[in-house]
Formats: sequence, C-alpha cells, structure tokens
Amino acid sequence: MSKTGVNEVLSKGGFSFDLCRRNAMLQQQGAKLPKYRKTGTTIVGLIFKDGVILGADTRATEGEIVCDKNCEKIHYLAPNISCCGAGTAADTENVTDMISSQLTLHRYATGRVSRVVTALTMLKSHLFGYQGQVSAALVLGGVDVTGPHLHAVYPHGSTDTLPFATMGSGSLAAMSVFESRYKEDLTRDEGMEIVSAAICAGIFNDLGSGSNVDLCIITKEGKEYLRNYQQPNPRSYTRSKGYDFKNGHTAVLSTNITQLRQHVQVLEGDAMEEE
Amino acid sequence: MNPSKVELEAHCIDHNAKLVCLSRDPVCQVVFHFHGLLSTSQTQFSDCRGRSLDPCAIAAMDFSNFQAPGMYPYHASASKQAEKSYVDHPIMGPHSSSFTLMPSAPTTHTQYPYVTGTSVLGIKYKDGVLLAADTAGSYGSTVRYKSVERLKPVGKTTVLGASGEISDFQAINQMLEQLVTKDFMWDDGNNLGPVEIHNYLNRVMYNRRNKFDPLWNSLVLGGVKNGEKYLGVVTMIGVHYVDDHVATGFGNHLARPIFRDEWRPDLTLEEAVALLEKCMLVLFYRDRSAVNKFQIANITDGGVQITEPYALQTNWSLKAFENPTAGAVGSW
Repeated sequence: MSKTGVNEVLSKGGFSFDLCRRNAMLQQQGAKLPKYRKTGTTIVGLIFKDGVILGADTRATEGEIVCDKNCEKIHYLAPNISCCGAGTAADTENVTDMISSQLTLHRYATGRVSRVVTALTMLKSHLFGYQGQVSAALVLGGVDVTGPHLHAVYPHGSTDTLPFATMGSGSLAAMSVFESRYKEDLTRDEGMEIVSAAICAGIFNDLGSGSNVDLCIITKEGKEYLRNYQQPNPRSYTRSKGYDFKNGHTAVLSTNITQLRQHVQVLEGDAMEEE
Repeated sequence: MNPSKVELEAHCIDHNAKLVCLSRDPVCQVVFHFHGLLSTSQTQFSDCRGRSLDPCAIAAMDFSNFQAPGMYPYHASASKQAEKSYVDHPIMGPHSSSFTLMPSAPTTHTQYPYVTGTSVLGIKYKDGVLLAADTAGSYGSTVRYKSVERLKPVGKTTVLGASGEISDFQAINQMLEQLVTKDFMWDDGNNLGPVEIHNYLNRVMYNRRNKFDPLWNSLVLGGVKNGEKYLGVVTMIGVHYVDDHVATGFGNHLARPIFRDEWRPDLTLEEAVALLEKCMLVLFYRDRSAVNKFQIANITDGGVQITEPYALQTNWSLKAFENPTAGAVGSW
C-alpha cells in the first residue's frame, strides 16, 4: 500500500462533475458539442406464457443522418438474459458489456445461473451513480429460476417491472399496439406477432427508427436470437449486372511496379524455409 | 388648435408602472399629479420613441403632434368618431383599445393556453365521417372541467372538434354561428359545406398567427355534403390538410399508428366506432389529460348526430402488476 502524503486527498471514486459547469459555459458561448451517435429507436419487451420476447429496430442515427442501417440493439448479458438499449449507442453498448462481464464473474463466484434482478440491480446502481449522464434507456428481459422477468431501466437509474414495456423515440407508436392488443397468457406465436407489429409501428411511424426487426425469445429452455426476423424495407432496386469498368476507360499516365516480396539470394549457409 | 388637457392622478406608483391615458383623443396634453410614494429611479417614463424622460418634463411636453401606435391617425372631429374602426372588431383588431404613452413594454398576446382539451380523432368510413373526443378541460395538470363538449355541429353538414384552449374554441364557435346565420339569411338554396368552413377557419387561423396572436387550437373538421365525405385539420399556425384519418395532440403519436395499420375505406359504422373506441382507450391509458368520458359525432348525408358522453371498459388487473417484486424481495 503506497504512502499518501498529508496533503493528498484520496479519490472518493464515482463520477467527477468538475467539468460539467465548464462544458455548459462553453456551450452557452457557442461551442458545439459533437453529435452523439444515438440509436433513435423502438425497443420493446413482452412477457408471454413461457417467457420473454424482446424486440428492436435496427437504425442508428447521428443527428439527422442514418449512420448504421442494420445495427444490433439487442445485447447479450447472460445465457438467459438479454437487454435492448436505446439512447446513446456508446453508453448502451458499454454499460451492457460491463454488466455482462460482472455477471460472468458473479456466476463463477456463486456457481449459479444469473438472475434477472442481479443484472437489474447492477445496471441501476451504475446508472444512478452517473446521475443520468450515461444516457442509456434499457429493456431488460430474461428467465431464471424464479420465472420470466421484464424490466424497463431509465437513464437516471429508476426501474419499472412490467408485463410489457417500450422505450425509445418510437415507444408511443409501439405502446399503442401493445395497449390495444396485449392480453395475458399469450402463446409464443401470438407474442412474436404482437412484438413485430409493435416494432413495425415504430419503424413506419417514427423517423428515428427504421430498417429491420430483430427478435429475441427467452424461455427456460434457452434463448433464441432472430437477427433480422423481418425486413420490411428491402432495397427497391439493385442493378443486376453490377458495375464493371473495362481496361482502357481511364488513361494511364505512368506505371511503377514495386515488388512486395523481396527475393533474397542466399550466398552462404542454408536457405530459410518459407511457408 | 388648443389641445385638451387631461389630468391624471397617480398614487403609489410601483416598479414597472405603465401610466395609461384613457382618452381616445390623441391630441391632448397630459398632466400628471403624483401623490404618495413615487420612486423616480424605478418608474419608467419614456416617449413614443423609447427615449426615457424626466417625469417633470412630461407635464411641459407639447403633445400636439403625438400619434399613438396602433390607432388610426384620426383628428378630433365628430364625424370620425362615429366611424367604426377596425379596433373594435371582436376578433381581428388589436385588443388594447387605449393608447399608451409608455410604449416601452411590448404588447403581449396569447403566450400559452390555460384551459385545454386533449386529442380529437377523426376517420372516414363507408357512409360518412366519425369524430371522437373526450370531455375533459384541463387547467395545467388538474382536470378542472369534466363535461366540456369539444365537438360542435356547424350548420347541417359539418362537425367541428377542437383541442387546445377552450376559450378560443368558444370564440371560434361564435364566429361560425355568425357565419352560418349570414348564410341562412341569403336564403339561396345553398348552404356552407365542410370545404368552405375549412377554408374559412384556415384563413382565420393563419391571419391570427401572422399577428402573433394565435387562436390556440388544433381543429378537426368533418362533414358530408352531397355524398362527398370531407375530413380536414387546421392547426394554430395555419397548417391545414385533408386526410382519411386524422388526430390532434397526443392522438398523433398513439392513435395514428393504429389508424395507418387498421383503417380501410369500406369500414361499416360498427367497425369504425370500434376502431375509434380502441384508440380512445389507448389514449385514456397513456395520455394524462384524458378522462374516460367520450363523445362520438357521426356525420352522414342524413345529417349530424353527436352521442351523449359515455365511458369505456378498462382493465387494470394484469397479473404482472399484482406483485412485481415477487422474485426479489426488497427491490422496487
């Protein structure tokens, strides 16, 4: 243990808010903050008879531009737990990654299957500690020994335990589908139908969501991740022949060939074996 | 011409006082008598160009050339007094009928609504048009009035539904009543249909917006005339359009996705009412200013029918809400 001088203050850990005021002042004076890569998003979760179904769209936006047409918003937390993320993409990915690692270590320490409430408590403690600066809104779902669970986690650290949940900019469009169609004890197919209808409502009625529908169905038997389960926005035209440019279309001004592989002549000793 | 002399008494003038001369005669001399406390350092006096004045200098000013902003430059002659100026028009004129000698503070008009109604929904169906609205008038976050009828018939062929400020909706209704009466008096065998009323409302709303004094409403107008179904919207800034299914306020986010998915042009009355009720239920669950008391207006070629307010069945007893922390005692 290192000796600390009398005048040194031990760091208390946690987020240091020292620069927040300075950033706000700079913004007021006109400095522009970089635009975050947000996930726009419609993410949903639903509890059905045997487990949980999570759904998400696949559009990632940077301001007004779609920067990723087919990103993955359903993140892995544990073999029996998954998490959809909305908000700043970096925040959702890194937070879920961190908690996934912590859960793995926890499984090694306890020798048991992870519980959803463990992931929930880890996520909410982390987000609360950062006072909303980590902009991650999550729909967490999984099945453990106590049954299926679905939670909504908000950026400031509060959580809701719900039979159906939606988050993101398309949450109202998706919620209108859920509120009008949800009932208890849905079968797997009915549940998948309602979840994809909700995501499609977000895709077609919200500008921040788009492209394809991802689904993840978790039961006590296991997890089934259906990447691009529906693709309701196909590319309407592809040139069948492709593009090909024959030699001679562009004038060649000069030619210079550099050998990447130098041929070495061995004068003495054995040549090295080349593989 | 001798300017008339107006003497004003001011007592205990406070900070930000605006001394207003209520004489309509712009050519007059104003003498202020001050009693009680007057802190000249705080009270502002400025002339019409915004230059600040010493209070003692006001009494000595010559107002013979003074023209108050916002009024016709009329001279004090009897014939002009009889003329009905646009300042007296109930809707179109400026709302302050006095002129101020202290025009430094800007005239402010409607900045925010007070008593508001939430969404209105409208759809066309096979035989006509249906409009639906709940009967709540919210005063900020309180549900102050629970029996506000936000669907009103206009003539024999249309119904107007409004969300937003209720008093502005009442003013619009008065205007439309005058319009319909005038139309009836023409007695020419034709009457105003939904197209004409939509256009009229659009002009009114846009002109008010251009004066920075909007009527704070989103209006839905549905009607049937000569077999033609019409459903249109006018918003407070003058945006207007027609469509097969419309919604205002929260209905845009919660009801429109359902309409886009489930609406068909050949819906029967029962199916259309079921669709509207489904959307009103979602709005009741998820819009905080909605109440469970709705009216539906049905307009067909045969006329207008607005139902009495009624309620829908709700279901709050989902199992997962009963004991959400069953699996994790002590969490929330």
